[in-house]
Amino acid sequence: MLRLDNVSTFYGKIQALHNVSLEVNQGEILTLIGANGAGKTTLMMTICGDPRAQSGHIEFDGQPIQQMNTSDIMRMGMAVVPEGRRIFSGMTVEENLFMGSFFRSKDEAEEQLEHVLELFPRLKERYSQRGGTMSGGEQQMLAIGRALMSKPRLLLLDEPSLGLAPIIIQQIFEIIEKLREEGVTIFLVEQNAHQALKIADRGYVLENGHIVMSGTGNALLNDDSVRKAYLGG
Amino acid sequence: MTETSLYILQQLINGLTIGSTYALIAIGYTMVYGIIGMINFAHGEVYMIGTYTAFITIVGLLTMGVGSLPIILLLALITAIIISSTYGYAIERVAYRPLRGGPRLIPLITAIGMSIFLQNYIRLAQGSRDLAMPALISGGIEFGDPAVFEVSISWMQLIIWGITLISMTSLAMFISRSRLGRACRACAQDRGMTNLLGIDTNRIIALTFVIGAALAAVAGVLLGLYYGIINPYIGFMAGLKAFTAAVLGGIGSIPGAMLGGLILGVTEALTAAFFPSEYKDVVAFSLLVLILLFRPTGLLGKPEVEKV
Repeated sequence: MLRLDNVSTFYGKIQALHNVSLEVNQGEILTLIGANGAGKTTLMMTICGDPRAQSGHIEFDGQPIQQMNTSDIMRMGMAVVPEGRRIFSGMTVEENLFMGSFFRSKDEAEEQLEHVLELFPRLKERYSQRGGTMSGGEQQMLAIGRALMSKPRLLLLDEPSLGLAPIIIQQIFEIIEKLREEGVTIFLVEQNAHQALKIADRGYVLENGHIVMSGTGNALLNDDSVRKAYLGG
Repeated sequence: MTETSLYILQQLINGLTIGSTYALIAIGYTMVYGIIGMINFAHGEVYMIGTYTAFITIVGLLTMGVGSLPIILLLALITAIIISSTYGYAIERVAYRPLRGGPRLIPLITAIGMSIFLQNYIRLAQGSRDLAMPALISGGIEFGDPAVFEVSISWMQLIIWGITLISMTSLAMFISRSRLGRACRACAQDRGMTNLLGIDTNRIIALTFVIGAALAAVAGVLLGLYYGIINPYIGFMAGLKAFTAAVLGGIGSIPGAMLGGLILGVTEALTAAFFPSEYKDVVAFSLLVLILLFRPTGLLGKPEVEKV
Protein backbone atom coordinates (compact mmCIF):
# COMPACT_ATOMS: atom_id res chain seq x y z
CA MET A 1 0.00 0.00 0.00
CA LEU A 2 2.76 2.39 1.02
CA ARG A 3 6.36 1.84 -0.02
CA LEU A 4 9.48 3.77 0.81
CA ASP A 5 12.53 2.99 -1.24
CA ASN A 6 15.93 4.36 -0.20
CA VAL A 7 14.48 7.56 1.18
CA SER A 8 16.82 10.21 2.57
CA THR A 9 15.67 13.42 4.21
CA PHE A 10 17.69 16.43 5.27
CA TYR A 11 17.07 19.36 7.57
CA GLY A 12 19.37 21.90 5.99
CA LYS A 13 22.71 20.10 5.97
CA ILE A 14 21.82 17.60 8.63
CA GLN A 15 20.72 14.26 7.29
CA ALA A 16 17.83 12.91 9.35
CA LEU A 17 17.01 9.78 7.33
CA HIS A 18 19.53 7.54 5.62
CA ASN A 19 18.25 5.38 2.74
CA VAL A 20 15.18 4.21 4.56
CA SER A 21 13.16 1.48 2.88
CA LEU A 22 9.98 0.10 4.32
CA GLU A 23 6.62 -1.18 3.28
CA VAL A 24 3.15 -0.95 4.79
CA ASN A 25 0.78 -3.67 3.62
CA GLN A 26 -2.94 -3.35 3.25
CA GLY A 27 -4.83 -4.13 6.44
CA GLU A 28 -1.91 -4.47 8.85
CA ILE A 29 -0.70 -2.58 11.86
CA LEU A 30 2.87 -1.62 11.21
CA THR A 31 4.90 -0.04 13.93
CA LEU A 32 8.09 1.96 13.85
CA ILE A 33 9.96 2.10 17.12
CA GLY A 34 13.09 3.96 18.07
CA ALA A 35 14.58 6.28 20.63
CA ASN A 36 14.00 9.99 20.89
CA GLY A 37 15.62 11.74 17.96
CA ALA A 38 16.01 8.59 15.86
CA GLY A 39 14.02 10.20 13.04
CA LYS A 40 10.62 8.57 13.57
CA THR A 41 8.65 11.79 13.24
CA THR A 42 10.80 12.88 10.31
CA LEU A 43 10.00 9.62 8.57
CA MET A 44 6.30 10.07 9.12
CA MET A 45 6.34 13.68 7.96
CA THR A 46 8.44 12.80 4.92
CA ILE A 47 5.64 10.46 3.85
CA CYS A 48 3.31 13.46 4.11
CA GLY A 49 5.65 15.52 1.96
CA ASP A 50 6.80 17.97 4.62
CA PRO A 51 9.83 17.93 4.57
CA ARG A 52 10.26 16.48 1.11
CA ALA A 53 12.46 13.46 0.62
CA GLN A 54 15.72 14.55 -0.95
CA SER A 55 16.26 11.22 -2.67
CA GLY A 56 14.51 7.89 -3.02
CA HIS A 57 10.98 6.93 -3.92
CA ILE A 58 7.73 6.95 -1.99
CA GLU A 59 4.75 5.17 -3.48
CA PHE A 60 1.19 5.12 -2.26
CA ASP A 61 -1.13 2.68 -4.02
CA GLY A 62 1.53 2.31 -6.68
CA GLN A 63 1.66 6.03 -7.40
CA PRO A 64 4.84 8.04 -6.74
CA ILE A 65 4.10 10.77 -4.20
CA GLN A 66 7.50 12.12 -3.20
CA GLN A 67 7.15 15.14 -5.48
CA MET A 68 3.55 15.93 -4.59
CA ASN A 69 2.23 18.73 -2.36
CA THR A 70 1.28 17.80 1.17
CA SER A 71 -2.35 18.67 0.66
CA ASP A 72 -2.59 16.55 -2.48
CA ILE A 73 -0.93 13.59 -0.77
CA MET A 74 -3.33 13.82 2.14
CA ARG A 75 -6.28 13.69 -0.23
CA MET A 76 -5.25 10.33 -1.62
CA GLY A 77 -6.62 8.38 1.30
CA MET A 78 -4.20 8.81 4.14
CA ALA A 79 -4.59 10.85 7.29
CA VAL A 80 -2.16 11.73 10.03
CA VAL A 81 -2.36 12.19 13.78
CA PRO A 82 0.81 14.21 14.25
CA GLU A 83 3.16 14.46 17.16
CA GLY A 84 1.75 16.73 19.83
CA ARG A 85 -1.79 16.23 18.46
CA ARG A 86 -2.01 19.73 16.98
CA ILE A 87 -5.73 20.11 17.43
CA PHE A 88 -7.19 23.57 16.80
CA SER A 89 -7.48 24.68 20.40
CA GLY A 90 -9.64 27.73 19.72
CA MET A 91 -12.21 25.70 17.82
CA THR A 92 -14.93 23.47 19.15
CA VAL A 93 -14.80 19.69 18.91
CA GLU A 94 -17.37 19.87 16.13
CA GLU A 95 -15.32 22.39 14.13
CA ASN A 96 -12.14 20.39 14.64
CA LEU A 97 -13.81 17.24 13.36
CA PHE A 98 -15.22 18.94 10.29
CA MET A 99 -11.78 20.32 9.46
CA GLY A 100 -10.78 16.68 9.03
CA SER A 101 -13.45 16.11 6.39
CA PHE A 102 -12.88 19.41 4.62
CA PHE A 103 -12.50 17.91 1.16
CA ARG A 104 -15.24 15.33 1.58
CA SER A 105 -18.85 15.97 0.62
CA LYS A 106 -21.32 16.99 3.30
CA ASP A 107 -23.08 13.63 3.24
CA GLU A 108 -19.87 11.66 3.53
CA ALA A 109 -18.79 13.90 6.41
CA GLU A 110 -22.07 13.48 8.30
CA GLU A 111 -21.90 9.73 7.86
CA GLN A 112 -18.32 9.54 9.05
CA LEU A 113 -19.10 11.86 11.96
CA GLU A 114 -21.61 9.38 13.29
CA HIS A 115 -19.02 6.66 13.11
CA VAL A 116 -16.34 8.74 14.84
CA LEU A 117 -18.67 9.74 17.66
CA GLU A 118 -19.55 6.08 18.09
CA LEU A 119 -15.85 5.23 18.46
CA PHE A 120 -15.28 8.13 20.84
CA PRO A 121 -18.43 8.73 22.90
CA ARG A 122 -16.41 11.23 24.93
CA LEU A 123 -16.24 13.54 21.94
CA LYS A 124 -20.01 13.52 21.74
CA GLU A 125 -20.20 14.73 25.34
CA ARG A 126 -17.71 17.48 24.58
CA TYR A 127 -19.15 18.30 21.18
CA SER A 128 -19.50 22.10 21.55
CA GLN A 129 -16.52 22.55 23.84
CA ARG A 130 -13.33 24.21 22.69
CA GLY A 131 -10.60 21.72 21.92
CA GLY A 132 -8.03 23.53 24.07
CA THR A 133 -10.11 23.15 27.23
CA MET A 134 -10.07 19.36 27.14
CA SER A 135 -7.74 16.91 28.86
CA GLY A 136 -4.77 15.41 27.05
CA GLY A 137 -6.53 12.10 26.49
CA GLU A 138 -9.61 13.79 25.09
CA GLN A 139 -7.43 15.90 22.81
CA GLN A 140 -5.73 12.77 21.54
CA MET A 141 -9.13 11.25 20.82
CA LEU A 142 -10.08 14.41 19.01
CA ALA A 143 -6.88 14.29 16.94
CA ILE A 144 -7.58 10.68 15.96
CA GLY A 145 -11.26 11.45 15.33
CA ARG A 146 -10.32 14.40 13.14
CA ALA A 147 -7.98 12.21 11.09
CA LEU A 148 -10.70 9.57 10.69
CA MET A 149 -13.17 12.15 9.41
CA SER A 150 -11.58 11.99 5.97
CA LYS A 151 -12.28 8.24 5.89
CA PRO A 152 -8.64 7.30 5.36
CA ARG A 153 -7.48 3.89 4.20
CA LEU A 154 -4.10 4.49 5.81
CA LEU A 155 -3.82 6.13 9.21
CA LEU A 156 -0.45 7.51 10.34
CA LEU A 157 -0.19 7.82 14.11
CA ASP A 158 2.75 9.63 15.69
CA GLU A 159 3.19 8.77 19.37
CA PRO A 160 -0.48 8.63 20.29
CA SER A 161 0.36 7.48 23.81
CA LEU A 162 2.73 10.33 24.65
CA GLY A 163 2.00 11.97 27.99
CA LEU A 164 -1.21 10.06 28.65
CA ALA A 165 -2.35 8.09 31.69
CA PRO A 166 -1.99 4.30 31.37
CA ILE A 167 -5.73 3.74 31.31
CA ILE A 168 -6.16 6.21 28.45
CA ILE A 169 -3.26 4.62 26.59
CA GLN A 170 -5.05 1.30 26.92
CA GLN A 171 -8.20 2.81 25.41
CA ILE A 172 -6.28 4.38 22.54
CA PHE A 173 -4.60 1.08 21.69
CA GLU A 174 -7.96 -0.68 21.79
CA ILE A 175 -9.32 1.85 19.32
CA ILE A 176 -6.32 1.26 17.05
CA GLU A 177 -7.02 -2.47 16.98
CA LYS A 178 -10.69 -1.82 16.33
CA LEU A 179 -9.80 0.40 13.38
CA ARG A 180 -7.69 -2.35 11.90
CA GLU A 181 -10.63 -4.72 12.17
CA GLU A 182 -12.63 -2.19 10.18
CA GLY A 183 -10.03 -2.40 7.44
CA VAL A 184 -8.00 0.74 8.13
CA THR A 185 -4.28 0.16 7.65
CA ILE A 186 -2.27 1.59 10.54
CA PHE A 187 1.25 2.96 10.60
CA LEU A 188 2.10 3.53 14.22
CA VAL A 189 5.16 5.40 15.40
CA GLU A 190 5.81 4.79 19.08
CA GLN A 191 8.32 5.21 21.86
CA ASN A 192 6.13 2.97 23.94
CA ALA A 193 7.67 -0.03 22.18
CA HIS A 194 6.14 -2.72 24.35
CA GLN A 195 2.53 -1.65 23.74
CA ALA A 196 3.16 -0.99 20.09
CA LEU A 197 4.84 -4.31 19.32
CA LYS A 198 2.12 -6.20 21.17
CA ILE A 199 -0.58 -5.06 18.76
CA ALA A 200 1.57 -4.75 15.64
CA ASP A 201 1.72 -7.32 12.86
CA ARG A 202 5.16 -6.14 11.88
CA GLY A 203 7.65 -3.62 13.10
CA TYR A 204 10.77 -1.71 12.13
CA VAL A 205 13.43 -0.32 14.42
CA LEU A 206 14.90 3.06 13.55
CA GLU A 207 18.25 4.20 14.93
CA ASN A 208 19.93 7.49 13.99
CA GLY A 209 18.01 7.64 10.75
CA HIS A 210 18.77 4.07 9.71
CA ILE A 211 16.41 1.11 9.74
CA VAL A 212 18.40 -1.40 11.76
CA MET A 213 15.93 -4.22 12.17
CA SER A 214 12.54 -5.44 11.06
CA GLY A 215 10.32 -8.40 11.77
CA THR A 216 6.95 -9.47 13.09
CA GLY A 217 5.73 -7.76 16.23
CA ASN A 218 6.31 -10.93 18.25
CA ALA A 219 9.78 -11.54 16.93
CA LEU A 220 10.88 -8.02 17.80
CA LEU A 221 9.23 -8.26 21.19
CA ASN A 222 11.33 -11.32 21.95
CA ASP A 223 14.53 -10.10 20.35
CA ASP A 224 17.33 -9.61 22.84
CA SER A 225 18.78 -6.41 21.45
CA VAL A 226 15.33 -4.85 21.12
CA ARG A 227 14.51 -5.88 24.68
CA LYS A 228 17.71 -4.31 25.91
CA ALA A 229 17.39 -1.07 24.02
CA TYR A 230 13.66 -0.38 24.08
CA LEU A 231 11.89 -2.62 26.54
CA GLY A 232 14.02 -2.13 29.60
CA GLY A 233 15.94 -5.44 29.49
CA MET B 1 -27.12 70.52 26.26
CA THR B 2 -24.24 72.93 26.37
CA GLU B 3 -22.31 74.00 23.34
CA THR B 4 -19.26 71.98 24.33
CA SER B 5 -21.13 68.72 24.77
CA LEU B 6 -22.92 69.16 21.44
CA TYR B 7 -19.59 69.91 19.83
CA ILE B 8 -18.10 66.76 21.32
CA LEU B 9 -21.10 64.79 20.08
CA GLN B 10 -20.49 66.13 16.59
CA GLN B 11 -16.85 65.08 16.76
CA LEU B 12 -17.84 61.64 17.97
CA ILE B 13 -20.09 61.27 14.95
CA ASN B 14 -17.29 62.35 12.64
CA GLY B 15 -14.80 60.14 14.45
CA LEU B 16 -16.99 57.06 14.20
CA THR B 17 -17.35 57.68 10.48
CA ILE B 18 -13.62 57.82 9.81
CA GLY B 19 -13.06 55.07 12.36
CA SER B 20 -15.40 52.70 10.49
CA THR B 21 -13.35 53.07 7.35
CA TYR B 22 -10.08 52.57 9.28
CA ALA B 23 -11.61 49.41 10.66
CA LEU B 24 -12.50 48.16 7.17
CA ILE B 25 -8.94 48.67 5.97
CA ALA B 26 -7.44 47.30 9.19
CA ILE B 27 -9.16 43.94 8.65
CA GLY B 28 -6.87 43.32 5.69
CA TYR B 29 -3.73 43.92 7.76
CA THR B 30 -4.91 41.82 10.63
CA MET B 31 -6.15 38.82 8.62
CA VAL B 32 -2.99 38.58 6.58
CA TYR B 33 -0.85 38.95 9.68
CA GLY B 34 -2.95 36.34 11.47
CA ILE B 35 -2.30 33.77 8.78
CA ILE B 36 1.21 34.35 7.50
CA GLY B 37 2.66 36.71 10.09
CA MET B 38 3.59 39.44 7.65
CA ILE B 39 2.54 43.06 7.38
CA ASN B 40 1.26 43.74 3.89
CA PHE B 41 2.40 47.31 3.49
CA ALA B 42 0.96 47.44 -0.02
CA HIS B 43 -2.52 47.18 1.47
CA GLY B 44 -3.02 50.96 1.59
CA GLU B 45 -2.38 51.02 -2.17
CA VAL B 46 -5.10 48.43 -2.72
CA TYR B 47 -7.45 50.79 -0.91
CA MET B 48 -6.29 53.67 -3.14
CA ILE B 49 -6.87 51.58 -6.25
CA GLY B 50 -10.39 50.91 -4.99
CA THR B 51 -10.98 54.65 -4.74
CA TYR B 52 -9.71 55.25 -8.27
CA THR B 53 -11.85 52.43 -9.64
CA ALA B 54 -14.89 53.96 -7.95
CA PHE B 55 -13.98 57.36 -9.36
CA ILE B 56 -13.73 56.01 -12.91
CA THR B 57 -16.96 54.04 -12.57
CA ILE B 58 -18.90 56.97 -11.14
CA VAL B 59 -17.66 59.45 -13.72
CA GLY B 60 -18.32 56.90 -16.46
CA LEU B 61 -21.85 56.22 -15.32
CA LEU B 62 -22.63 59.92 -14.95
CA THR B 63 -21.33 60.59 -18.48
CA MET B 64 -23.52 57.80 -19.78
CA GLY B 65 -26.44 59.53 -18.14
CA VAL B 66 -27.12 57.07 -15.36
CA GLY B 67 -28.72 59.15 -12.65
CA SER B 68 -29.96 56.69 -10.09
CA LEU B 69 -27.89 57.04 -6.93
CA PRO B 70 -28.35 53.48 -5.60
CA ILE B 71 -27.29 52.02 -8.96
CA ILE B 72 -24.23 54.24 -9.17
CA LEU B 73 -23.21 53.45 -5.62
CA LEU B 74 -23.76 49.73 -6.07
CA LEU B 75 -21.85 49.55 -9.34
CA ALA B 76 -19.02 51.64 -7.88
CA LEU B 77 -18.77 49.24 -4.96
CA ILE B 78 -18.88 46.16 -7.18
CA THR B 79 -16.25 47.33 -9.65
CA ALA B 80 -13.99 48.59 -6.86
CA ILE B 81 -14.27 45.27 -5.04
CA ILE B 82 -13.52 43.27 -8.18
CA ILE B 83 -10.53 45.37 -9.25
CA SER B 84 -9.03 45.69 -5.76
CA SER B 85 -9.48 41.99 -5.04
CA THR B 86 -7.73 41.16 -8.27
CA TYR B 87 -4.85 43.36 -7.21
CA GLY B 88 -4.84 41.83 -3.74
CA TYR B 89 -4.70 38.35 -5.23
CA ALA B 90 -2.06 39.28 -7.78
CA ILE B 91 0.17 40.98 -5.20
CA GLU B 92 0.17 37.87 -3.05
CA ARG B 93 0.78 35.58 -6.00
CA VAL B 94 3.57 37.61 -7.58
CA ALA B 95 5.31 39.30 -4.67
CA TYR B 96 4.77 37.20 -1.54
CA ARG B 97 4.11 33.56 -2.38
CA PRO B 98 7.48 32.96 -4.05
CA LEU B 99 9.18 34.25 -0.89
CA ARG B 100 7.21 32.20 1.58
CA GLY B 101 9.34 30.23 3.97
CA GLY B 102 12.16 32.75 3.86
CA PRO B 103 13.16 35.12 6.67
CA ARG B 104 10.40 37.45 7.83
CA LEU B 105 12.22 40.60 6.79
CA ILE B 106 12.15 39.75 3.09
CA PRO B 107 8.40 39.87 2.42
CA LEU B 108 8.28 43.06 4.46
CA ILE B 109 10.76 44.73 2.14
CA THR B 110 8.94 43.36 -0.90
CA ALA B 111 5.69 44.77 0.49
CA ILE B 112 7.19 48.24 0.75
CA GLY B 113 8.53 47.89 -2.78
CA MET B 114 5.11 46.80 -4.00
CA SER B 115 3.56 49.81 -2.30
CA ILE B 116 5.94 52.23 -4.01
CA PHE B 117 5.42 50.47 -7.34
CA LEU B 118 1.62 50.65 -7.18
CA GLN B 119 1.62 54.26 -6.04
CA ASN B 120 3.79 55.31 -8.95
CA TYR B 121 1.93 53.13 -11.39
CA ILE B 122 -1.34 54.89 -10.55
CA ARG B 123 0.46 58.24 -10.60
CA LEU B 124 1.66 57.55 -14.14
CA ALA B 125 -1.65 56.13 -15.30
CA GLN B 126 -3.97 58.65 -13.69
CA GLY B 127 -1.81 61.69 -13.04
CA SER B 128 -0.61 62.92 -9.70
CA ARG B 129 -2.94 65.86 -9.28
CA ASP B 130 -5.99 65.83 -7.05
CA LEU B 131 -9.18 64.61 -8.68
CA ALA B 132 -12.57 65.75 -7.46
CA MET B 133 -14.95 62.91 -6.82
CA PRO B 134 -18.42 63.91 -8.06
CA ALA B 135 -20.56 64.90 -5.07
CA LEU B 136 -23.29 62.31 -5.25
CA ILE B 137 -24.74 62.53 -1.83
CA SER B 138 -25.40 65.74 0.03
CA GLY B 139 -27.57 66.84 2.87
CA GLY B 140 -28.36 65.10 6.09
CA ILE B 141 -30.19 65.55 9.30
CA GLU B 142 -29.55 68.23 11.86
CA PHE B 143 -30.57 68.51 15.45
CA GLY B 144 -29.74 70.54 18.52
CA ASP B 145 -30.50 74.16 19.24
CA PRO B 146 -29.67 76.38 16.25
CA ALA B 147 -28.89 79.18 18.71
CA VAL B 148 -26.26 77.10 20.54
CA PHE B 149 -24.82 74.44 18.25
CA GLU B 150 -26.34 72.35 15.51
CA VAL B 151 -25.21 68.76 15.29
CA SER B 152 -25.39 67.32 11.82
CA ILE B 153 -25.26 63.80 10.54
CA SER B 154 -24.88 63.71 6.79
CA TRP B 155 -26.51 61.04 4.64
CA MET B 156 -23.03 60.09 3.55
CA GLN B 157 -22.09 59.35 7.15
CA LEU B 158 -25.17 57.22 7.61
CA ILE B 159 -24.33 55.33 4.42
CA ILE B 160 -20.78 54.75 5.68
CA TRP B 161 -22.06 53.37 8.98
CA GLY B 162 -24.61 51.20 7.23
CA ILE B 163 -22.26 49.71 4.67
CA THR B 164 -19.52 49.19 7.26
CA LEU B 165 -21.98 47.43 9.53
CA ILE B 166 -23.16 45.17 6.70
CA SER B 167 -19.58 44.36 5.63
CA MET B 168 -18.42 43.60 9.18
CA THR B 169 -21.44 41.44 9.93
CA SER B 170 -20.99 39.46 6.73
CA LEU B 171 -17.32 38.99 7.49
CA ALA B 172 -18.01 37.85 11.04
CA MET B 173 -20.63 35.38 9.80
CA PHE B 174 -18.29 34.12 7.11
CA ILE B 175 -15.42 33.56 9.52
CA SER B 176 -17.45 31.94 12.26
CA ARG B 177 -19.97 29.89 10.30
CA SER B 178 -18.76 28.99 6.85
CA ARG B 179 -16.56 26.09 5.87
CA LEU B 180 -13.94 28.35 4.30
CA GLY B 181 -14.06 30.69 7.28
CA ARG B 182 -13.30 27.75 9.51
CA ALA B 183 -10.36 26.88 7.28
CA CYS B 184 -9.10 30.47 7.64
CA ARG B 185 -9.17 30.16 11.40
CA ALA B 186 -7.50 26.77 11.29
CA CYS B 187 -4.83 28.18 9.02
CA ALA B 188 -4.22 31.09 11.38
CA GLN B 189 -3.69 28.72 14.25
CA ASP B 190 -1.61 26.00 12.60
CA ARG B 191 -0.92 26.29 8.90
CA GLY B 192 1.11 23.08 8.75
CA MET B 193 -1.63 21.04 10.34
CA THR B 194 -4.25 22.54 8.06
CA ASN B 195 -2.10 21.43 5.15
CA LEU B 196 -1.88 17.94 6.66
CA LEU B 197 -5.68 17.76 6.55
CA GLY B 198 -5.58 17.94 2.77
CA ILE B 199 -6.37 21.63 2.56
CA ASP B 200 -4.37 23.70 0.10
CA THR B 201 -3.31 26.47 2.45
CA ASN B 202 -1.98 28.59 -0.41
CA ARG B 203 -5.55 29.04 -1.54
CA ILE B 204 -6.69 29.96 1.95
CA ILE B 205 -3.91 32.55 2.14
CA ALA B 206 -4.94 33.93 -1.25
CA LEU B 207 -8.51 34.10 0.02
CA THR B 208 -7.53 36.25 2.99
CA PHE B 209 -5.75 38.66 0.65
CA VAL B 210 -8.87 38.84 -1.51
CA ILE B 211 -11.18 39.43 1.46
CA GLY B 212 -8.88 42.10 2.88
CA ALA B 213 -8.66 43.82 -0.50
CA ALA B 214 -12.43 43.71 -0.97
CA LEU B 215 -13.01 45.41 2.38
CA ALA B 216 -10.33 47.99 1.61
CA ALA B 217 -12.11 48.67 -1.68
CA VAL B 218 -15.37 49.28 0.17
CA ALA B 219 -13.52 51.74 2.41
CA GLY B 220 -12.01 53.33 -0.70
CA VAL B 221 -15.39 53.99 -2.28
CA LEU B 222 -16.85 55.35 0.94
CA LEU B 223 -13.91 57.57 1.90
CA GLY B 224 -13.51 58.82 -1.66
CA LEU B 225 -17.08 60.02 -1.66
CA TYR B 226 -16.81 61.36 1.88
CA TYR B 227 -13.67 63.44 1.36
CA GLY B 228 -14.42 64.22 -2.29
CA ILE B 229 -10.76 64.48 -3.26
CA ILE B 230 -8.49 61.68 -4.33
CA ASN B 231 -4.86 61.39 -5.40
CA PRO B 232 -2.38 58.52 -5.75
CA TYR B 233 -0.91 59.18 -2.30
CA ILE B 234 -4.03 58.70 -0.18
CA GLY B 235 -3.22 55.02 0.30
CA PHE B 236 -0.07 55.74 2.27
CA MET B 237 -1.65 57.64 5.15
CA ALA B 238 -4.84 55.56 5.16
CA GLY B 239 -2.69 52.43 5.25
CA LEU B 240 -0.61 53.70 8.15
CA LYS B 241 -3.71 54.68 10.09
CA ALA B 242 -5.38 51.35 9.48
CA PHE B 243 -2.19 49.56 10.45
CA THR B 244 -2.16 51.58 13.68
CA ALA B 245 -5.78 50.57 14.24
CA ALA B 246 -4.92 46.91 13.71
CA VAL B 247 -2.03 47.07 16.18
CA LEU B 248 -4.15 49.01 18.65
CA GLY B 249 -6.83 46.35 18.61
CA GLY B 250 -4.33 43.51 18.60
CA ILE B 251 -2.84 42.44 15.30
CA GLY B 252 -4.24 39.10 14.18
CA SER B 253 -7.58 39.71 15.87
CA ILE B 254 -10.53 40.63 13.66
CA PRO B 255 -12.72 42.09 16.44
CA GLY B 256 -9.56 43.91 17.53
CA ALA B 257 -9.22 45.57 14.12
CA MET B 258 -12.85 46.69 14.27
CA LEU B 259 -12.46 48.12 17.77
CA GLY B 260 -9.05 49.63 17.03
CA GLY B 261 -10.40 51.44 13.97
CA LEU B 262 -13.26 53.00 15.88
CA ILE B 263 -11.07 54.03 18.82
CA LEU B 264 -8.49 55.58 16.51
CA GLY B 265 -11.13 57.49 14.52
CA VAL B 266 -12.76 58.88 17.64
CA THR B 267 -9.41 59.77 19.21
CA GLU B 268 -8.42 61.70 16.11
CA ALA B 269 -11.72 63.55 15.91
CA LEU B 270 -11.59 64.53 19.57
CA THR B 271 -8.00 65.71 19.19
CA ALA B 272 -9.01 67.83 16.22
CA ALA B 273 -11.82 69.26 18.34
CA PHE B 274 -9.55 70.83 20.92
CA PHE B 275 -6.19 71.24 19.22
CA PRO B 276 -5.14 72.39 15.80
CA SER B 277 -6.21 69.56 13.50
CA GLU B 278 -2.62 68.89 12.35
CA TYR B 279 -2.09 67.32 15.76
CA LYS B 280 -4.44 64.48 15.06
CA ASP B 281 -1.77 62.46 13.26
CA VAL B 282 0.67 63.14 16.08
CA VAL B 283 -1.84 61.78 18.58
CA ALA B 284 -2.72 58.79 16.40
CA PHE B 285 0.87 57.68 16.04
CA SER B 286 1.71 58.47 19.67
CA LEU B 287 -1.08 56.06 20.47
CA LEU B 288 0.70 53.47 18.33
CA VAL B 289 3.96 54.03 20.19
CA LEU B 290 2.25 53.82 23.58
CA ILE B 291 0.45 50.61 22.68
CA LEU B 292 3.65 49.05 21.43
CA LEU B 293 5.43 50.06 24.64
CA PHE B 294 2.85 49.05 27.19
CA ARG B 295 0.60 46.49 25.54
CA PRO B 296 2.28 45.13 22.43
CA THR B 297 -0.43 42.52 21.98
CA GLY B 298 -3.04 45.26 21.59
CA LEU B 299 -6.41 45.54 23.27
CA LEU B 300 -7.87 42.22 22.16
CA GLY B 301 -4.79 40.39 20.94
CA LYS B 302 -3.43 37.28 22.57
CA PRO B 303 0.25 36.97 23.38
CA GLU B 304 2.02 34.95 20.76
CA VAL B 305 2.69 31.50 22.11
CA GLU B 306 5.93 29.92 21.05
CA LYS B 307 5.04 26.79 19.16
CA VAL B 308 6.85 23.68 20.26
